Amino acid sequence: MDLLGLLGLDVLFKGTNALRLLGGLWVAVRISLISVAFSIVGGLLFGIFMTWKNPVAKIISRLYLEVVRIMPQLVLLFIVFFGGTRALGLNIDAELSAIIVFSFWGIGEMGDLVRGALESIPKHQYEAAEALGLNRAQMYRHVVIPLAVRRLIPMSINLVTRMIKTTSLIMMIGVVEVMKVGQQIIEANRMTSPNAVFGIYGIILLLYFLACWPISKLGERLERKWAA
Amino acid sequence: MFKKLLVILAACVLAAGLLVGCGGGNQGAAASGNSGAIFRTLDEIKESGKLVIGVFSDKYPFGYVDENDNYAGYDIELAERLAQDLGVEIEYVSTEAANRVEYLETGKVDLILANFTVTPERAEAVDFASPYMNVALGVVSHDDNVITDLSQIGDGEVIVITGTTAETYLTENNPEIKLQKYDTYASAKTAFENKNGVAWANDNTEVIAFANEGSGYTVGIEELGSLDTIAPAVSKGNTTLLEWVNEDMHKLGQEKFFHAAYEKTLLGVYGADYEDTLVVEP
Repeated sequence: MDLLGLLGLDVLFKGTNALRLLGGLWVAVRISLISVAFSIVGGLLFGIFMTWKNPVAKIISRLYLEVVRIMPQLVLLFIVFFGGTRALGLNIDAELSAIIVFSFWGIGEMGDLVRGALESIPKHQYEAAEALGLNRAQMYRHVVIPLAVRRLIPMSINLVTRMIKTTSLIMMIGVVEVMKVGQQIIEANRMTSPNAVFGIYGIILLLYFLACWPISKLGERLERKWAA
Repeated sequence: MFKKLLVILAACVLAAGLLVGCGGGNQGAAASGNSGAIFRTLDEIKESGKLVIGVFSDKYPFGYVDENDNYAGYDIELAERLAQDLGVEIEYVSTEAANRVEYLETGKVDLILANFTVTPERAEAVDFASPYMNVALGVVSHDDNVITDLSQIGDGEVIVITGTTAETYLTENNPEIKLQKYDTYASAKTAFENKNGVAWANDNTEVIAFANEGSGYTVGIEELGSLDTIAPAVSKGNTTLLEWVNEDMHKLGQEKFFHAAYEKTLLGVYGADYEDTLVVEP
């Protein structure tokens, strides 16, 4: 067996396998990026909502956050994809179901991060804004949010990369993403290239790294830029 | 925007309620819950020009995706032929063992052709068509000590993969046999090759494929336990589709379609000896 075969990489060069893996990675990244966009916008609003003193607001946000924390993502995926059809007769497309679930999760977690960041901002910043005559909206827009966003970066980068990695679950609702393509390649060749299991999972590791690393780098850069 | 948030929150509460609602009895809910609107009838499928079929995309050689991104395998042969006879296109959905029933119960696919073993529990939730394959447990052993009966095992250990029917069967029916359990196919295979156990019990298709791959191994027991069958399945109560599938499969049986499909897709893996053991002509 040649070196490529020994490493289980020979299957990469069969047919369009390499392109299929990249296509699968794109599916995973596309779903996570769309969800991340929803999570950032929604999470910012939800985070502000969470800081409200109103008891009803507190109960609602508490309930939402607990559901996000307690429910495994796989269960949420099944609830939206299959449960939506069973209970409501909605036939939600698998990819859209994934985006709904990931956004639901992201908004909850991001909201909690935003809440933490907002609450960590010293009281005197609020007082100074008030003293300048800013109204509530202006205070958030010009003082609180810019300060909070800086404190948010490290934690939210963590959330985004976790989201990208969790896309491996969406094969359970029939979305063929990078993990599934990998399994398809491994299994289709299990008689002829038994080592493909190492090669393909190795490549998938590399692909996830390539997807997550630039995001970590971007986070680091923003942190440094704003630290000054 | 806050309104939107509230909608999401409401959805979340709803979702939580849903989970509680569905959590109880999967089978019971399915048997009574189908009001008839869930699945598409034969006419609706014909009219749409598309048959949605749930298949495995990573179970070589039954349902897999080849290097050019095309579905292939024994199950796929039948899928292609059924669609051709019906005069419609196919939309494949990649399913997993764990969600096949769910796909039919929600009508997200018209037909499941994913190496689906007929069991009484499943038959309560879905309707099975005529079987087109046999499956049982098999036991492979080394050529120098071929096990043709479980009584020959004695003090030796039998290798099984955790979570397989082989493990369940031996634990229940032959508790005296010592088992060596492995988590993955690969580790069980290596252990058996290194003679860590006298025999390896698994689905007969798996052990036959393994014995045919290398030399020095014999499948001493081809069929152990109850003989099960593999069949297509439709949503519970979808009689128009079920009847048409049965009718068409019966015709295919007369022209020995499944032997031809075996020769095209499975022969290379299982060899000619097992053709009549595995294939069923409906």
